[in-house]
Amino acid sequence: MSIKVIKDKCTGCKLCVNSCPKSAITVVEKRAVIDLEKCNLCGACLDACKFQAIIIEKTQADAKNLKDYRGVWVFAENKNGKIAPVVFELLNEGRRLADTLGVELSAVLLGHHLTHQHQELIERGADFVYLVDEPIFSGFIDEAYSNALTHLIDKYKPEIVLAGATTIGRSLISRVAVKLYTGLTADCTSFEIDKDSRCLLQTRPAFGGNIMATIITKNHRPQMATARHKVMKEAPIQKDRKGKVIKEHLNGSLLTSRTTLLDFISDLSQKVNLTEADIIVSGGRGLGAPENFNLIENLAKSLGAAVGASRAAVDAGWISYSHQVGQTGRTVCPKIYIACGISGQIQHLVGMQSSDIIIAINKDANAPIIQLATYSIIGDLFEVIPMLTKKFEQVLK
Amino acid sequence: MNIIVCIKQVPETGDVKINPQTNTLIREGVKSIINPFDMYAIEESIRLKEKFGGKVTVITMGPPQADIALREALSLGVDEAVLVTDRAFAGSDTWATSYILSCVIKKLGIFDLIICGKQASDGDTAQVGPGISVHLDIPQVTFVKKIEKIEDGICQVERLTEDGFEIIKSSLPVVLTVVKEINEPRLPSLRNMMRSKSAVIKKITAHDLDIDKAKIGLDGSPTQVVHIFSPPPRQKGLVFEGDAGDVTEKLVNLLKDAVLQAKTGK
Repeated sequence: MSIKVIKDKCTGCKLCVNSCPKSAITVVEKRAVIDLEKCNLCGACLDACKFQAIIIEKTQADAKNLKDYRGVWVFAENKNGKIAPVVFELLNEGRRLADTLGVELSAVLLGHHLTHQHQELIERGADFVYLVDEPIFSGFIDEAYSNALTHLIDKYKPEIVLAGATTIGRSLISRVAVKLYTGLTADCTSFEIDKDSRCLLQTRPAFGGNIMATIITKNHRPQMATARHKVMKEAPIQKDRKGKVIKEHLNGSLLTSRTTLLDFISDLSQKVNLTEADIIVSGGRGLGAPENFNLIENLAKSLGAAVGASRAAVDAGWISYSHQVGQTGRTVCPKIYIACGISGQIQHLVGMQSSDIIIAINKDANAPIIQLATYSIIGDLFEVIPMLTKKFEQVLK
Repeated sequence: MNIIVCIKQVPETGDVKINPQTNTLIREGVKSIINPFDMYAIEESIRLKEKFGGKVTVITMGPPQADIALREALSLGVDEAVLVTDRAFAGSDTWATSYILSCVIKKLGIFDLIICGKQASDGDTAQVGPGISVHLDIPQVTFVKKIEKIEDGICQVERLTEDGFEIIKSSLPVVLTVVKEINEPRLPSLRNMMRSKSAVIKKITAHDLDIDKAKIGLDGSPTQVVHIFSPPPRQKGLVFEGDAGDVTEKLVNLLKDAVLQAKTGK
């Protein structure tokens, strides 16, 4: 492994110098020189160089036998038997990827007292459903789930495994990828297949969405990724679609755990789940006082929306942390995001800027949120929000 | 109680942008900070030490300059700092990073608790904490919002989920990854700031570790970044000003269909 500047190709143009997040490149006598102490081999300069003058040579040890791995798998996250909506989005993507590769699409369903769920997965596009029904799977248990999924992947060898970038998905898949010594790309927003190599091109935001990166797992299998909820479309339901269910019985040693789930307390302050919501109304510092969140809640109610908040409002103690949208809170991607009295600090924007439609209600016409909002109302939110609420109530009746 | 905290030095998110003309990262004026979630991990470890006694060791993997992040952690009150740095580690993805950190932790000796931030603000993967747990073969609880109690080799914690929280019991040692709600980080004390300046930071390189060199750095990393680009920029849209009645009327008309669509999920 090494990074090299090809002296004959380098023109000393400095594009790479500006591209380096580590300030590791200088131009000396019209040639780029890379300080290997600072360089972390991120590859940004390779993209920046217009002359292909920089190369990273990667020596790969014992690549797995890639041809042994076939098929696309989706982890069918469910809670008490209710399939998480992100799974239907993954089945849509998975179907497309499987068709491109000419392979089958399967879902992996772990749970307890499962009844009809496999049929739901088949109707959304799965050809096979691998099903394990065990008491320990009645709630999410990191070790037991990851043991089971690792075992199934080892046994059936899919080439791609997808899961939702949810609390469960992220906690589970990270473990499985490490156990299998394979690549995992988090929170992807798009997938494509490179037809020549059959490699999965996984694209995801980094640095809070300021940069997009496409990542591959070239020599390890399966290629694993989690996908951001609400970015991809749900698979349509095809009634009476046929598929095959494969019931697996696992060795008891796989079904153990050093953690125990004692209880679940549901968040009653979230009338509509923030991460599942198609419409979110958020309030910020501009509300001035905790009781003014009523305005937000009323507007949200008229729209059937979830309630979000900026960090400022959460830190002031006006609303609980579970509502916080942004870098240190949740990342959301609804169809419509209405930001009320939120100026749009970058920490907030990174958590919501991929929403389809953004509405800003703010008294300051120069607020950063106005720069990216689809529609903005410059005005007094205490006047605007109640009117908006009333009008939406009328048209949506 | 021996606690290990894994932290990462990251660029301040707001500063990282791509120059639209050259399609390259703009790095001028980008400040390095401790990953915001790691601040909660540091704070929680210090609180636990204050309650139970013991020692807090903070670890970071990165270039030599990452010692700045470690000194900041020392100024907050952690006892020891370890810088894991080697050319051989460069280009490590989350698999290789969690492997290297687990080898470092094994070398450091006995511990009861490993605390990490839930994810780093630059990569946003949330994969290194669970990775460490697998490599060390100890349990994990991710997205922890509260440590309810620790006694007799058992801890009970609350894990934040999308729709509430779970109460989970785990044996020790365990890896916990924490969210913001868990605490409010303190400011450095003057005494600790003075101490942090002169503190000796222990350096660990690949040679110091019992590690499989084929599984570290760029070569040992299963994933590979093949392309970096700017997301399509969002355009400033329509801006309405004036009479609240008029502007809300306009907005409702523009949004009506989208709202109906969103509500029916079509």
